Formats: sequence, structure tokens, C-alpha cells
Amino acid sequence: MNWIAIAVTFKLALLTAAVLLVVGLPIAYWLTFSKWRWKFIVESVVALPLVLPPTVLGFYILVAIGPHSPVGRFYSDLVGHPLPFTFEGLLLASILYSLPFAVQPIAAAFAQVDHRLIEASWTLGVSKLKTFFRLIIPLSTAGLITGAVLSFAHTLGEFGVVLMVGGNIEGETRTVSIDIYDEVQALNYAGAAKTALLLLAVSYGVLLLVYAMNRKVWAVWPQR
Amino acid sequence: MAAALTVDCRKTFPGRFTTAAQLVLPLDHPRVLILFGPSGSGKTTLLRCLAGLEWPDEGRIQFGSTTWIDVAANIRLSPQARRIGYMPQDYALFPTHTVTGNIEYGLSDLPTAVRQERVRELLALLQLQGLEQAKPAQLSGGQQQRVALARAIARRPQLLLLDEPLSALDAPTRVKLCGQLRVLLTQLAIPAIVVTHDWAEALTLGDTIAVMNAGQVLQVGSPQEVFSRPANAEVAQIVGIETVVQGLVVANDNGLATVSVNGTMLKGLGADVSGSAVYVCIRADDVLLEQAGSGITSARNYLFGLVTEILPQGVLVTVTVDCGFLLRAMITRGAREDLGLERGSTVVAAIKAGAVHLVSRSA
Repeated sequence: MNWIAIAVTFKLALLTAAVLLVVGLPIAYWLTFSKWRWKFIVESVVALPLVLPPTVLGFYILVAIGPHSPVGRFYSDLVGHPLPFTFEGLLLASILYSLPFAVQPIAAAFAQVDHRLIEASWTLGVSKLKTFFRLIIPLSTAGLITGAVLSFAHTLGEFGVVLMVGGNIEGETRTVSIDIYDEVQALNYAGAAKTALLLLAVSYGVLLLVYAMNRKVWAVWPQR
Repeated sequence: MAAALTVDCRKTFPGRFTTAAQLVLPLDHPRVLILFGPSGSGKTTLLRCLAGLEWPDEGRIQFGSTTWIDVAANIRLSPQARRIGYMPQDYALFPTHTVTGNIEYGLSDLPTAVRQERVRELLALLQLQGLEQAKPAQLSGGQQQRVALARAIARRPQLLLLDEPLSALDAPTRVKLCGQLRVLLTQLAIPAIVVTHDWAEALTLGDTIAVMNAGQVLQVGSPQEVFSRPANAEVAQIVGIETVVQGLVVANDNGLATVSVNGTMLKGLGADVSGSAVYVCIRADDVLLEQAGSGITSARNYLFGLVTEILPQGVLVTVTVDCGFLLRAMITRGAREDLGLERGSTVVAAIKAGAVHLVSRSA
């Protein structure tokens, strides 16, 4: 098994999930509670990675961060090297690609919070921001965990976006799914099978966690 | 001008009637104002405008010298800045917090020692000791109501807003807690606005009643005034009780209470009555009129009186009888002719004790 590719993949997935947990909160809050009539435009943009072919998304990200774009030029002036085909560039692409997987469960959890509780908090003199941290977050933990876990799992398995934005650089941007593809191309089915099995096991374990988290009744131990 | 809460605002929800209210609640002698009316009459909307949870479309709300909202001047004070105690209909207790956590939720800016002392005070005042660590789901309806009240008054609000404070409880608990709530409101001496659709609650809790229907405030006055002298037919229909007079319980034997109203003795059901001051409530439908000197029936109350007013209302006639207090009876036109009733006629009003409702007014 290619342990370097596995390490890169888990590092990427963990960082993506962590960043999305932070970035996803304000986006999910705004999507849930904003009364702006054109909100659906932003909702559709956030959900776009769900339906867009990864190569298309990857292509646009590549163009957007490439040396000919203002963002790409600003980044290479700042850091000294361009963003595409680096781990940082791959991380940015992963964050955009997994955004709906984090934002949607979190927004769904926020929407489940009884609005009367939020109003009660306001009338007790507690600001909107403090109400968010003291009331809405504790009532949405299952949604937050689901969002983090799903974006982690989704990043583990991404292929098209990685290939477009990250390329295939050992120790930098070669992830497990690229590695499996390489092994199959080289007709090394045994190597591909081992790595594929690992990815299958991890993905299944992660989904088990998500579904167990969202169960109303616990079969294993009673809810206290 | 003495400090007052002045409300003059309008709010329309798409597809519904406009709620428009003009009210003045004096704040120097803390009083309880009841917003009374059938469901959907705009009571809760008005209360939510006062809490800052709805923005009126036009008008203003002034609390003493502070403007809470003035649509024309674009002043909107947030609910956080109004220093109110708001208790929604289903209490909205925070399920993730314990009883203590709920009560001290709005006190986070106080030093720990002061906060703990305040929570102890409130637990004692509302008889919640022993439940400090319980979660709302583990409490009975009455306990939840007391926690919600404790939380609402924890910050020493300048105005209490209670939305149907008793409607989530079963009937026997409701009667018991209604009396306790009256005592508590008097003790706290905080001006309060209470929404209810139950006339017994309105009479027990209120110093002033504002009758609402279809978004309009129809009449504002003392409970006795509003119930006994409704401003118009609409108010009369909403309050539904034509005779409301103050009385004193002089005896209470096995739930049958004897009440003195201006010297006239009445018997009524007094199983739920505590204290001696009561409102005596009688529906005009429940009053029988007879010619003086006729037979004996099962009714416990025979009141001799003089007819002072006869008002035809469709096929019915409302007859007002002065029998120490003004009693209204509703009879058919035919019955009136048979009895030969005119102003000045002497009649006997018969009322079964079960039709004499007594509402406690202790404290």
C-alpha cells in the first residue's frame, strides 16, 4: 500500500473538514435565518458541487487560481510559487468541492431549532451572537458532527477535482483514489485492491457513525 | 405626565386582518392588564410587538421616557434592549439546560456569587427547590410553568409579558396555579400584560381588561365594567357573561359557598374558592324569572327585585333586575308577555347554585 498517499489523503480530508466546520457555520446560519428574498441564488451556488461534474468544477478552480487570474497572481506574489498543483491549492479545491456536504446538514440542524427558543433567548437580553453559541450550537451538535464527517468522507474519495487541480505529485497531491487509478493502469490489481478495501472500510465506518448519530433511539445504550 | 406604557401601532400579516391597538398602561401603580379575546383576535401579535419580536408596520410604542419603536422616526429597540420578562405560550424552556441553567440564562453578566444568590431566591419564591439539576423534559406542566416564570423575572424586568400562562396545564392545576399566579404578580409589583381567552383567568388576574376581536381593541376597563357593561354587542358576545359583581364569601360548606353581594345572599359552587373576596359571575341564560309568590323549585337562589330595564334583542329580551345588585336575565318575548314584565314590576329571579360562578380575588 502507498502509505504516503494515504497520509496525504487523511491530512487533506481532516483539514478540509476542519476548515469547513468553521467556514460552514456562518454560511449555514445565514442560509437558515436570512429573510433576503434572493437567498435561493446563494443556496443554489452552495449546492452546485453536488451536481457539477468534478472535472468541470476542477477546471474552473484551476482557471481561477492559475497564474493568469488576479487571485493566482496575488497568491504567487505573496508566497513565491503558484497555487495549482500544490497541497494548498488542492485544499482550497476540496473545501469548495465539499462545501454542500458540510453546509447542508448544519443548516438543516439550525432549521430544526425551535424559533421560539431563540426568541426567548433574545428577550432574556442575550445577543444574537451569544444566542448562536449558547443555544443554537448545543442544539445542533448532531448536524455539526454529520457535516464534519460527511465532508471528511467526501474528500477521502475525490478524484476528478484532485486530478485537475492537484495533478499527481507524490507526497504533495497524490491521494488514495489517484493511487488506485495508477495501480490499475499499471495492471497491479493486488495493490489497487488493498487500497480500495481500506477506502471502503473507512467510508463505511464514517457513514455508520453518521447514521448512528442521527438515530432517535439508541439500540446499543439508552439515551440519558 | 406620569410614567406609562403607550401603544399605538398596526401590524398586518399577509392574508389576515390588521391588528391595530391603542392602549395606555400606567406604570406608577403596577397593574395587570389582560388582553382578552377569542383565539386569533390579535392578542399574541400585540404581545409580540411589545416584546420586540414583531415589528409593527406603523405607529409607536413608548415605555415611560424610552421609545421602543417609532416606525416613522425609524427607531427600533431590539428585544434585548427592552428589559422585559416574556413568557411564551408553551414556555420555550431550553431543553439542553437544567432548571438552574434556564433560570440563570439571562444573568451571565452578573458576578457568580450574585447570580447564584438570585437563582436561590427564585427557586425558593417559586417552590422549585430540589429540581435544580432537572431538565425541562423531566418536569410536570406546573413545574415547567414556574421555571419559565422564574426565568422571565430573573433579570428584574420593567414589564412582564405572559402569553396564555396557564393554557398548557390541565383544568384542576390551572385553577390552583391561577390563584398562585395572582399572588405572585401582586408580590412582584411589576407591571404585567397577560394574554388569555379564559374569562375566569381574566377575572382572577386582571386589574384592567382590554377586550380584543379581529385585531381591534374594543373596550378597556375594570373587569366588572367590561363584563357587566360591555361597550357594544360584540364585546358582550365575546365576554359571554352578563352579570359580574364583587362579593364576599361568608360561609363555605362542603363546596357550597354563601356569598354576600351588597347584602343580598347568594349560593354558588365554591369548591375552588380561596379567600373571601370573589367575583360572582352569572350568565343571563341561567336566570329564571317568576312572578313573586309562586311555587318552590330546586333553585338555591331566590332574589326579589325590581325590573329596571327591558331590552329586546331579537326573539329574546334582556331584563335587568335590581336585587341588591344589577342582575341580567335573558328570557323570550313570550315569557315576558306571560309574566307581564314592565319597568318597575316585582319579580323573583331564580338561579341554581351551579350557575353562580365564583372567581377568587384574594390579595
